[in-house]
Amino acid sequence: MFFNTLSDTIGFGEAGITAALGYAVVFFGLILLMFVVVLVGKSFTASAKKPAPVTEAPKETPAPATAPGSAGQLKLHNVEPKTAAMLMAIVANKMNKPINELRFISIKEVTE
Amino acid sequence: MNIAETLLNLWNTSGFAKIFAEFLTGGWQNLVMILIGCVLLYLAIVKKFEPLLLCGIAFGCILTNLPGAGLYNQELWTNFMTEGHEAYHSYGTILKEGGLLDFFYIGVKTSIYPCLIFMGVGAMTDFGPLLSNPKSLLLGAAAQLGVFAAFLGAVALGFTGPQAASIGIIGGADGPTAIFLTSQLAPELLGAIAVAAYSYMALIPMIQPPFMKLLTTPEMRKVKMEQTRTVSKAEKIVFPIVVTIFVALLLPDTAPLIGCLMLGNLFKETGVTDRLSDTAQNALMNIVTVLLSTSVGATMVGSNFLTGQTLKIVVLGVAAFILSTCGGLVAGVVMYKLTKGKVNPLIGSAGVSAVPMAARVANKEGQKANPSNYLLMHAMGPNVAGVIGSAIAAGFLLSVFGG
Repeated sequence: MFFNTLSDTIGFGEAGITAALGYAVVFFGLILLMFVVVLVGKSFTASAKKPAPVTEAPKETPAPATAPGSAGQLKLHNVEPKTAAMLMAIVANKMNKPINELRFISIKEVTE
Repeated sequence: MNIAETLLNLWNTSGFAKIFAEFLTGGWQNLVMILIGCVLLYLAIVKKFEPLLLCGIAFGCILTNLPGAGLYNQELWTNFMTEGHEAYHSYGTILKEGGLLDFFYIGVKTSIYPCLIFMGVGAMTDFGPLLSNPKSLLLGAAAQLGVFAAFLGAVALGFTGPQAASIGIIGGADGPTAIFLTSQLAPELLGAIAVAAYSYMALIPMIQPPFMKLLTTPEMRKVKMEQTRTVSKAEKIVFPIVVTIFVALLLPDTAPLIGCLMLGNLFKETGVTDRLSDTAQNALMNIVTVLLSTSVGATMVGSNFLTGQTLKIVVLGVAAFILSTCGGLVAGVVMYKLTKGKVNPLIGSAGVSAVPMAARVANKEGQKANPSNYLLMHAMGPNVAGVIGSAIAAGFLLSVFGG
């Protein structure tokens, strides 16, 4: 199967076997990689879900500063919450403003 | 000083005289190649076909075909590759006798440029969509179908094994990988393969959609995909390290490409190497693109390029692209069936690695079927998986034919 010179000619049958083997190797490599990625992902997700060690809260800590304003009460018309959240994040990003300094009244899907 | 003799000498040493004197023995080929270079420049500048690369390739083509300029010397590289010749694998001979483009070409021959380009690509790539949906890797694998199908087709058309392997890799839709493999296995075809690969990458928005419509139903194309999980920063940092170790151990021949791709990505993700990431993405990438494109263009010497082989490469290249697209789409349809309609099969077409063009095309076609459909991030998963897949395919072909 392994060819030693750059001028090797190759028969069609042999080329077919090489092609099938090559395609299989690509699949094998990426499937193995998929399992590795899944395992790594699961280990990270598991470690993120572990409860944080309980530490005694410092007494009389000042209350965290409240954010100036909030996104407000938002009315959604034919829009999924996920889509709405994405739109709000995009608007905030485009305006270069923290999202809690903006006030959204309603989001409506416009259909033709 | 004899003015007439000086003028005659000037004329005799000019490229014009050489073209006329050698018109029938190769001069016409130089003229045709200069014309082809101008057409490629037109495509790059006016039609915006991968202008960053095609511009340099086209200009390199013009430079190398100017008689008498001696910028690139094909015979030096033929001797360099001829076993037993005194200049065999002698970079010293190249440095002593070569021209400017010969010096540039050393970076291609030693694979430095494709690897550095991959570093830049890594620094620009977000593997988050792939990490949040690892099944994308299957689509990236399926979309390498064209590589091996075109390899078979090239063998059937009479190419040698190494040449067929270099032609097949056009189906990976990855310029640096195609240049990397071809410079190792079939340098005589480098110009034709690079031009075919980059031209077809630019034509992806025209090549892919008909096959997307052919292999999927309107119902399939309308599928809206669920938002995938958020990937943590730590996961993104670990990913390039794990992939490098894993893939390089599996196929050591892929180590230069995968290593550089993942090093660039690590620079991007660490958060402490922003300067290096910036350099890899911008300054380094731009410098290497200039050197790579002009030296690849320099290999388009008339006697090498104006052959029947080039036409065959052009045909096999487009077939490779189409079959890779179909491979990804078929895998997408299988996923659609297995997940009972949760996967939009259009994202399979993004498994050809042309990043991010193929993902954009999948997104656009998805929006044509359903205007509220946003497939871009879902398609980026198979898209970057295709980069890894084509590097693995190249590594396999190199290990088989590299000797």
